[in-house]
Amino acid sequence: MLGETKIMTADYAVAYSIMASRTDVVAAYPITPQTVIVEIVAKLYESGQWNGKYIRVESEHSAMAASIGASATGARAFTATASQGLAYMYEMIHWASNSRLPIVMANVNRALAPAWNIHVDQTDSMAMRDNGWIQYYVTSAQEAYDTIIQAFKVAEDERVYLPAMVNLDAFILSHTAFPVHLLDPEEVDPYLPPYEPKHWKLDPDHPVSLGNIVFPDFYMEFRYKMEEAMNRAREVIREASRDFSKRFGRYYGDLVEEYKMDGAKLSLVTQGTVAAEAKDAIDELREEGYNVGLTRIRVFRPFPEEEIRNLASKVDSIVTLDRATAFGARPAANLEVRAALYDCEKRPMVKGYMAGLGGRDITIKDIKEMIKKAYAEMESGEQKQDFEWFGIKRR
Amino acid sequence: MVLKLINEVNPHPETIEDLPEAPISMPKIGSTGKTGNWRTFIPIIDYDNCINCKLCWLYCPEGSIFIRESDDFPEIDYDYCKGCGVCAQVCPKKCIDMKRAGIELEG
Amino acid sequence: MVSIKDIPREEFILPGNAACAGCGDTLALRHALKALGKKTILVIPACCTSVIQALFPYSGFNVPIYNTAFASAAAAASGVVAGLEAQGKTDTNVVVWAGDGGTFDIGIQALSGAIERGTNFLYVCYNNNVYSNTGVQRSGATPMGAKTTTTWTGKQEHEKLFDLIVAAHRPVYQATANPSYPFDLYDKFKRASQIKGPKVIHILSPCPPAWQYPVQDTVKIGKLAVETGDWILWERIGEKWTISRPSRKYRDPAKRKPIEEYLKPQGRFAPLFRPKRDEEKLKEIQEWVNKKWELLFQAFGEPVDKL
Repeated sequence: MLGETKIMTADYAVAYSIMASRTDVVAAYPITPQTVIVEIVAKLYESGQWNGKYIRVESEHSAMAASIGASATGARAFTATASQGLAYMYEMIHWASNSRLPIVMANVNRALAPAWNIHVDQTDSMAMRDNGWIQYYVTSAQEAYDTIIQAFKVAEDERVYLPAMVNLDAFILSHTAFPVHLLDPEEVDPYLPPYEPKHWKLDPDHPVSLGNIVFPDFYMEFRYKMEEAMNRAREVIREASRDFSKRFGRYYGDLVEEYKMDGAKLSLVTQGTVAAEAKDAIDELREEGYNVGLTRIRVFRPFPEEEIRNLASKVDSIVTLDRATAFGARPAANLEVRAALYDCEKRPMVKGYMAGLGGRDITIKDIKEMIKKAYAEMESGEQKQDFEWFGIKRR
Repeated sequence: MVLKLINEVNPHPETIEDLPEAPISMPKIGSTGKTGNWRTFIPIIDYDNCINCKLCWLYCPEGSIFIRESDDFPEIDYDYCKGCGVCAQVCPKKCIDMKRAGIELEG
Repeated sequence: MVSIKDIPREEFILPGNAACAGCGDTLALRHALKALGKKTILVIPACCTSVIQALFPYSGFNVPIYNTAFASAAAAASGVVAGLEAQGKTDTNVVVWAGDGGTFDIGIQALSGAIERGTNFLYVCYNNNVYSNTGVQRSGATPMGAKTTTTWTGKQEHEKLFDLIVAAHRPVYQATANPSYPFDLYDKFKRASQIKGPKVIHILSPCPPAWQYPVQDTVKIGKLAVETGDWILWERIGEKWTISRPSRKYRDPAKRKPIEEYLKPQGRFAPLFRPKRDEEKLKEIQEWVNKKWELLFQAFGEPVDKL
């Protein structure tokens, strides 16, 4: 299998990544549509193909707690979850980043209940984008696999020491088969050396206590260190991305991926599989004479502020598409794009859409409609409504 | 960005440059300061009657009674003794007296 | 049994920490660490012990500690064990030191899972019968009649029989301990550290502010718990179990001191005596003491003399 290209779903590919990345410990709890990940990890573990340790924990909160415990000893820890599970481990998500542990987690973006809905929706990860984790959003099984390896390299860099989550859309990626080239751990080794923490670890020969009380006199400085690390991560992400591309021939952009942006007057800015789908929409729109392009947000945290600001001088309109709720306020991509543009001398028009919640399909036709509307507003210079929920069924 | 030695903690941090990357703390006697100043009562061992059973050392919750090297008898570290009185309560010879602290100073 | 001259002199609990004067928890931990030795990693959830470590940049304990969230101690420890095993390090004691809150209540799920998975660790619950650290609120370990800041007129229910819950998970080693009997405690930690698999030690931890007794009586109160039969000292390895020496004579109900002798010196049981004696409750509490012995024997069968 290793070194070969196989047809497999993103869940399978994510499970296989533990071999390429030489993960030491996986602690995970099943939740649809991540279940296949924990099942394949079990197979790899029991067959001896993967020689790490597998903890079949009894809840997601425990999954993150165990990952933290393992990482604290200097082991490379990986876990996976989705939706309710991600929400359940919320306090431990903060625990991981505040402990400065380079854990990598695959999160399958799925809607939150009630009502039960197991389909794609990014509210789960977007709702916790300020918790000190690096956040990637991927668009194929291969990208999920490759990004997990890159994420370890970034997280474990001594300039960073922050955990990273790799988000992949429910069913559209998790249960859809793609060709995936699996890497041999030996060829990954020069890219991703063993994890050797330089900052701290649990070691009876050098006892320290992690996390006993820090009063107001220093708590803020510890958090500022995380802010510095997250900002340094931009460069580290770029390096890791390009190094990966050089060695393995696959490149997904650094913090953003640009598609047909040459001469574009309008850019769609979004994240997840809808961005990949949008490439077809952009192709068709270009044929129809629209000067449009795509700036896919590959890394949502740290937010690609600079890349968005650079867009401002090039385009006259930006269309943001969010697939995660915010109530009574703007959703993530729209909010952060507008904030990034605030100080620009020339500010493009911004049109925001909320679409695709709870797995509602966003078709090429939908994307074209969204863009065409914004394009018309751009050309007329008039915008009645800068943000709307797309496709609400009304009488 | 230079990382200091792993698990190294500056015992007297003042600014962010003095801090470790993660919130780690180093073992230290007197981590809360000289807790001897918590005392209301101060234990005094009457060495004339002490039989060196070492039960006071055994039962001190703080570990602030140590066995001195010179004669292997227990001795109280008044820097840290919190004056709980457990030593006096367990002493089989009742030769530890809990004196009201501060009275001598006023003396 | 170990004798006083064999107890190691090295202190892992460093004096000058933030524990209350007369703290039962630190006395127990002091001897536990002497028995476990330097190659020990503590995993401590939110509880008194997380605060006893004092403030950054100092720690009151000379062992590596991972402070973790309240509900997660056993899970975090599972991770520490796996992380060490993955790196081929198998000679380090991984020990959870958790209060009754983080064990009986919010932490019980993680503990249940960790034992069921056969995790090679030692889980220690030091039980001061309340959420002491946050201000003495009731827990699932609070005994009937005890006043706490969420049961001002006295708790109406008996405590959970935690030991039976753990026993249902079949750990390889299980014991109860009490810092008033340090040699017994020391020996149990020594024995436990030599066995592989999930191990649980449940320690009674007298707490002066929560139990409201004079600070110097910590050891005395701990002894009364055993002398009235309310706290039973025992040890179980696999299916064989033994009553520990200090508790042996109290197997005979006639030998147990009346439970009132344990309740009266503690201000937390005042609702049972003032404004007037609650005879019904006192009778029930006395019966509960006897019941606990019965249930233990029902669950474990006849004890052996020596393990």
